Amino acid sequence: MKQLLKLSAASLLVVGALSVQASTLGDVQAKGYVSCGVSKGLAGFSSADSSGTWTGVDVDVCRAVAAATLGDAQKVKFVPLTAKERFTALQSGEIDMLSRNTTWTITRDASLGLNFAGVNYYDGQGFMVKSSLGVSSAMELSGAAVCIQAGTTTELNLADWGKANGIEYNSVVSDTNAQTLTNYDAGRCDVLTTDASGLYSMRAAASDPSEHVVLPEIISKEPLGPVVRQGDDQWFNIVRWSLNAMITAEELGVTSATVDDVSNNPERERLMGRSGSTHEYVGLTPDWTYQIVKQVGNYSESFERNIGINTPIGIARGVNALWTDGGILYSPPFR
Amino acid sequence: MYMKKIILDSLGKSQHRGLNFRDMLYNNEARAFFFQIVTFVLVVGLFYTAIGNLFQNIDERGINTGFTFLKNRAGFDILPFLGNYVVDYTPESSNFSVFYVGLVNTLVVAFVGIILSTLIGLLIGIARLSNNYLVAKLAGGYIELFRNVPILLQILFWYNLFINLFPHPKQSFAFFDIMFLNQRGLYLPKPIPEDGFMLAAISLLLGIIASYFVKKYYKKKHELTGIHTSTWPFSIALILGLPIIVFLILGSPLQFDIAVLGKFNLRGGMNVVPEFLALTFALSVYTATYIAEAIRSGIEAVDKGQKEAAAAIGLTPTQSLKLIILPQALRVAIPPTINQYLNLTKNSSLATAIGYPELMSAFGGTVLNQVGQAVEILAMAMLVYLVISLFISLLLNYVNNKMAIQGR
Repeated sequence: MKQLLKLSAASLLVVGALSVQASTLGDVQAKGYVSCGVSKGLAGFSSADSSGTWTGVDVDVCRAVAAATLGDAQKVKFVPLTAKERFTALQSGEIDMLSRNTTWTITRDASLGLNFAGVNYYDGQGFMVKSSLGVSSAMELSGAAVCIQAGTTTELNLADWGKANGIEYNSVVSDTNAQTLTNYDAGRCDVLTTDASGLYSMRAAASDPSEHVVLPEIISKEPLGPVVRQGDDQWFNIVRWSLNAMITAEELGVTSATVDDVSNNPERERLMGRSGSTHEYVGLTPDWTYQIVKQVGNYSESFERNIGINTPIGIARGVNALWTDGGILYSPPFR
Repeated sequence: MYMKKIILDSLGKSQHRGLNFRDMLYNNEARAFFFQIVTFVLVVGLFYTAIGNLFQNIDERGINTGFTFLKNRAGFDILPFLGNYVVDYTPESSNFSVFYVGLVNTLVVAFVGIILSTLIGLLIGIARLSNNYLVAKLAGGYIELFRNVPILLQILFWYNLFINLFPHPKQSFAFFDIMFLNQRGLYLPKPIPEDGFMLAAISLLLGIIASYFVKKYYKKKHELTGIHTSTWPFSIALILGLPIIVFLILGSPLQFDIAVLGKFNLRGGMNVVPEFLALTFALSVYTATYIAEAIRSGIEAVDKGQKEAAAAIGLTPTQSLKLIILPQALRVAIPPTINQYLNLTKNSSLATAIGYPELMSAFGGTVLNQVGQAVEILAMAMLVYLVISLFISLLLNYVNNKMAIQGR
């Protein structure tokens, strides 16, 4: 009986302890790695190669946070998640941050107990069909079967768009990216719809990319960005400003190769932590932004390395160019 | 009741020597009762604290709670299948409609799966005991193969086989130009009832009821006089003949909508989607292996003397199987078969892997992701599976009681 009492008391304590909100930064530094939720494989955004090394623009955001908080961009534990699993994994604390081509919407921001820390890729939903169908516009798609991934904003956009344009379709929903692609390849559906970046990524992975056409219509705004749990503003700031540091570094022309050069530009010196005290406000060491640029690179380096025009995915900067270059990428100042 | 009895008993015993705390302390039953109360209070307390904690945590993290999301517009499309037609689903429908669509689709899979798996299981179970070497070994091989491959893998296998094996809608296999089979499923003619069709349906019902009474009448006659009359000609005439005659008299009040090739797909008709076909097939084939084993164990449990006695009084092997062996075998086979029906129903939630819009895929998946209230949504889904499972057990326990040996 005594043992039973002890056991019950212990379980009560365990359950009680769960309600205590720990600091994510403290957790990360204690365990020695950042646990980061990524996709199950979307080339250019987050995908693992044969040796298990993760690469992609979403992966680089995880690495930037690891470089900032632990001084080592390799100290990331990647947790591959389906679209359906991602928010629950973050809410429950299984991961420290989510960087998984996730669209920022008011519902997700305000009702799921999550916060979007910024935008690392401005995307929009598009359609891809096989060239052999001879379709040149999404407006010709009435009666088609559409392959779509479960648990995404894409499902909602498609329904809205179909209603607004009087287009009837059958939606064929799959859990994973891989099954969606298999369905499309096998011909279970005529059209594949997801974010345009994802379409380019899937087309690049096809055996013959010229067999597929991405249609010109973009039917939605899909700002993709990293997500954290609500209630830990310090961690929220770290993730947000790690991303901003990459964007600001590009704006100031700092690359991983030139990061050690000392200049007389005060903003650049502030960004590199050689003057000012911004690091104190986020609770990190003075070289946190330096480590990001040194180990991961600036936004442009990450973009060109993973999805740029010279990669198989071949996406032009377009709207994702800096505001100074005609795009909308804009970081608040490091000051 | 049990508790009350213990208290009364222990009190009764004490009263012989007066109510005494010392007696209570050394009374085994009273002590056992006391510890049960303590354990009960602790367990309830633990759950109460845990649930309170859960909601406190959810609240602190700013996640919505409550069931108001059920009234909100769903906003997404669902693969058109039976659930959509029953509920008349559109993206404008509420999240609760999605729940309903998922429930209907789950029930359809469970219903068709239970019937199919029982038929296959019965056939394989009997075949495994066949005197024919090839038939027995084939049945054994079937069981070993399908029982030992994980069900999720089988579902994915049949689904991917289906969509890769069958042709594109433009080259569909056509059966008499009314039924079509392609990688997007089976297209059947869709019946559209017109005025008077209800009368034909009612006459079918009447035919079934009438044939039941005819059968009962001849059974009684058989028991009283020993004269055996085959009732199947009457049954066919009543169940098939009567409604057909009524149908023809009323001038065939039923039209069919046959699928035609559109720009991308076959349009119209009744589309049985490949997700449903693959899931039901995989679940039936898998569950049938367990049912076959249950049937076999039932048949083997019937004493050999029964079969010999049946042969001795001149029953044919078919009569002996139908009248002597199976009724006794089913008594043994029914309880494990009930378990398999429950398993099949619960396994239907694996449909989420291939996107068949049943409860866990449409409601526990898509709605959960759009709304993000995991606790409420999963609790609702669990409750549904619990109710379905309890209902199946109740039904089959009733059958089991009917089949059990009656005390005479």
